[in-house]
Order: sequence, then C-alpha cells, then structure tokens
Amino acid sequence: MPDPSFVFAQSLSGLTAAMFLFLIASGLSLIFGVLRVLNFAHGTFYMLGAYAAYQFVQWLGVGGGKFWLAALCAAMAIAALGGIVERLLFRHLYGKEELYQLLFTYALVLILSDGAKMIWGTQQKSVSRPPGLTGSSMLFGATIPHYNLFILLLGPAIALTVWFVLQRTRAGRFIRAAALDRETLGALGVNVNALYTWVFVIASFLGGLGGALISPMRATTPGMDTEIIVEAFVVVVIGGLGSFWGTFLGALIYGQVLSFGILFFPRFSIFAVFALMAGVLIIRPWGLLGRPLK
Amino acid sequence: MGLLARVPWGLVILAAAFFVPAVGSRFYVFLANDIVIWALFATSLNLLVGVTGLVSFGHAAYFGIGAYTTGLLMKKLAVPFLLAFPAAGLLAGGFALFFGFFCVRLTRIYFAMLTLAFAQIVWAICFKWNEVTGGEQGMPEIPYPDFDRIAALPLLGGWRTAEYFYFLTLIAVAVCLWLLRRIVGSPFGRMLTTIRENAERAEFIGVNVRRYELAAFVLAGAFAGLAGGLFGIFNRGVFPDFAYWTKSSEVLIMTLLGGMGTFYGPALGALVLILLNQQITSYTEYWPFVLGVILVVLLFVFPGGLAGAAQAAARRLGGARRA
Repeated sequence: MPDPSFVFAQSLSGLTAAMFLFLIASGLSLIFGVLRVLNFAHGTFYMLGAYAAYQFVQWLGVGGGKFWLAALCAAMAIAALGGIVERLLFRHLYGKEELYQLLFTYALVLILSDGAKMIWGTQQKSVSRPPGLTGSSMLFGATIPHYNLFILLLGPAIALTVWFVLQRTRAGRFIRAAALDRETLGALGVNVNALYTWVFVIASFLGGLGGALISPMRATTPGMDTEIIVEAFVVVVIGGLGSFWGTFLGALIYGQVLSFGILFFPRFSIFAVFALMAGVLIIRPWGLLGRPLK
Repeated sequence: MGLLARVPWGLVILAAAFFVPAVGSRFYVFLANDIVIWALFATSLNLLVGVTGLVSFGHAAYFGIGAYTTGLLMKKLAVPFLLAFPAAGLLAGGFALFFGFFCVRLTRIYFAMLTLAFAQIVWAICFKWNEVTGGEQGMPEIPYPDFDRIAALPLLGGWRTAEYFYFLTLIAVAVCLWLLRRIVGSPFGRMLTTIRENAERAEFIGVNVRRYELAAFVLAGAFAGLAGGLFGIFNRGVFPDFAYWTKSSEVLIMTLLGGMGTFYGPALGALVLILLNQQITSYTEYWPFVLGVILVVLLFVFPGGLAGAAQAAARRLGGARRA
C-alpha cells in the first residue's frame, strides 16, 4: 500500500486534471447537446486558448492581475473565433450527414492547428504562474501548488455558473429548449440561428478558457489539441453526450482513473480510460447521466 | 460513351501500373507503392461508409493490427510473407468481428464513438506494450519478403527489391480490389446498400440488419488489415500512430475526396491526395493547412467527391451533345 500522503497528492492531481477536462468537455457536450454535432475542433480551440494566453501575457506582462486579464482576453478571442466559424461555415452543414459535419470539424482542426504552427512555431511556449499563486503548501504530507488549489476552487465555480445560466436564465431556457426541439422553438418566434451561434460562442469560450488557465501549468505545444479532444470525448461519453452534470462526473472519473491508473498500472492507464469509454458505450450508450436520444 | 464504358479500365490501369518501375525513377515507384496500398485501405473503408452507410472513425485500428501482425511475424518469427500477409487479414478480421459485434448494436454518432474507442484501445496497447510492439518507438526494420527465387527466374530478374515489392503489392491489391468489387456487386453487397438506404425497411423484409452490418465490418477490417500488412513492409517499420485516430480521419478524407458513391472513388482519392501531398510539401511545410482548405472546399462544393463531380460533368456533357 502506498503511503497516504502520496495517495492524497495523486487524487488531488486527478481532481485538478478533472477541472480542466470539465472546462473543455462541457463545451463539447453543449455543442453536441444543442447542435447535435461532435466538434473535433473543440480541442483546437483549447490549444488556441493556451497560445492566445501566452500571446496576451507577452503583450501585457503577468504582474498585478494582468495574467487574469490575459486569460480572459484569450478566452474571448477564442469565443469570437468560434462565433465567426459558426456564422460563416458551420451553419451551412446543419441537417447534412454526420460524416460531413465530422469531417468539417476535422478540417478546422487541420487549418487552425497548422495556423497556430505558422504563428507560434513548433517550440513550446510557457507562461509563468500569476503572482500570489506561485507557491505551494503542505497538505497531509503532500506538496500542493497554490495554482492547483485555485483551479480546484475555480472549476466547480465555473460549473455552477454555467449550470445557473442554463437553468435559471431566459437564454439558458432557450438553449435547453433548442436541444429538445429546434422546430417548435423556431415556431415560437425564437431566432434559433442566432441561438446556435451563441451556443458555439459560449462553448468556444469555455474551451479557450481551459487552454488559457492550463498555460501556466503545462507548456503549450502543437499536438496538444488532438490529444485533449479524445480525452474530452471519453469524458462526455462516460457522463452522457449532452448532459451537463454527466460531463462533470465523467471528468471526475477520468481524472481519478488516470491518476490512480498511473500509480498502480503505469503501463495500462491510457488503456483503462478507453476501455472505460468502450464499456460505457456498450452498456449505456447514452452515458451515466445522459438520456437516450430519440 | 458506349465504347469508353466497354474498356476494362481496371485492367488497363493495372497494366499501366506495372510499367511504373520501367519508366519512372525510384521515387515514382515509392510513390506508386504508397498510392496502391492506401487505395486498398480507402476502398475497404468505403465498404462500411459508402456501401453500408456506417461511419467508422476507427478504421485505422485494423490497418494497425494488420501492420503489426505481418511485421511481428516476419521480423521476430521469420515467417515467410505468403503466410504473414494473409495472417494480417485474418487477425484484423478477427478483431473486427469482436469489436464489430458491439459496434453494430449502436447507431450513428454512438457507432462512430465506439469505433473510435476501440481504435484508441488498439493504439494504447501498441503504444505501451514494449515487449511485443516496441512501444512508442515502434518496430523498425521489417524485412522485405524474399524475392531471390523469383529473381532467379528467366525474364523476371534484374529489378531492385523495392521494385519486386511494388509488383507484389500491385498483384495483392489488384486481387483484393477484385474481391471487394465482387462483394459489392453480389446480392450480399446489394443488401448492404439497401441497409444504407433504409435499414428499417430492410428489417421489415426479414433481413437481419445487424448480422449484415457485422459481416461488412469484418470484411472491411480484414481488407484494411491486409493493406496494413503491406504498408508495414513498405514503410520499413510499424509504429503506433498507424492506429491513432488521426489516421482514421486521413483515410476518411481520401474516401470522401474520391467519392463514396462509386467503387473506385476512394482509390482515386488516395491517388489524388498522395500526389497532392507530394507536390504541396515541396512548396510548403504547411500541408495540413492546405489539406484542411481542400477538405472545406470539397465539403461545400463537391460533396460527391471527385468521382461524383466527374460523373456530373459527364452527364452534363452527354446531355449537351444530345440537345
């Protein structure tokens, strides 16, 4: 049995990973829930968020809350990009075959991630931690960086905010209605096209924010998008495509399986994660907290 | 038009392909070999996507399994090619049977997701199982098949090993494509198309849809495995990214580019995409960007792919002539 402080550190690192996964996967799940499209490019928005954060930090510096400003600017830039892509291109693919939609999002992956390579090169980019969160604390015998603790608080806060917007605001009600029945909502006089754009914008914002917030923890490199998107797929599939709390649960499960998998079966932790995904799809294709699609 | 249609184009192209080493440089043989193998891979995928209407996002798994099977057998156990090659198809088909059993129970996006999950499992095993697959480093130096006896025959001597392998690939792929063509044209293949058009109606007339879909899945997996077996030798090494999900989308792009509605469309897609890649990478390192743009244009302007566009153009020309 490994010593308890190590187990504690491991589970905490799993939780931190889960918060990031949740940020990314919730956007993916939102787009799927409302637009019925699996957006491969969502991982690329996350990567671009990290690059954009790096860029804004270069321009603004990190001191005195400027990192937070940079992160927010980055997320908003990605949100704008998502909105533009939806308006100009994606819109024309609704109602077409799934294959076309999937491949279009894959084309976006190719274009955007190569575009990022043109701008930022292949060298990894890192951002220093914002002042005030550079230290670390001893908790139950384990050293935990303050930035990680902050993320552990921020993740649930964002989850609650998104949930509140979806459940308690007028726009959120429209979004949920669009997920259930687009035509009826349109017939009731809601501008569904604009709503779809907003869903894409919000989802891209969440993805971009995830990327921006991870930039001080992990170096930003090309290829991080194709990695994260499969992880995000695993999360939304486990939790249930289109289910909000399902995505949160899926992220928690993924984080723990991965960090304890690495502890006990270092060689097969990735295997375990995909096996879990396949298992959920076989037994409950709509996920742990999702509802079957008609 | 009538005369053109009567020409056995498949045989003509095959015969022409045999002359590539005689007229072209080493590089063209390399390119042609690459194209021929990918043509088989893309055509095998089209049996699922185009013919049966099942969108698989994990077809690279079977390509990878085939590549590792042939590679392991030939490199570590010194099994001759004539056994190691069919073994790739058998093992890939076997895995496709196991994975497909679960996949065909799901529909649409869930089907695509499960094929992706299984492919990632295969990738994870190849990536981590160092003792057998060489892990992240892959398995370099897969030997070529032994051509000594063939080279000793009269009239057949004097080629380089890579060129012998190219001839071998041509024959193997031609046989596979002929088989696939027969499968698509058979009553079984027609039933697959019926399922694509309307699975519910097929069920009503008493067809066991799942079983047909599973059969298509296994066949597609087996032929992808054969393509993988050839590719491992051609590539002089087998690597885990053969089974990674981006490979699956590459082959999907080829299929779409050529046109899913026709039998030879995907092979045409392989040809065009590989030639384009070769041309464009000599100008710029940003090939993925160009590929992405091509894909967007394709999706918005030519959703039927090149073959579909050519058919439409031919129809318009024919119509103009008659008018």
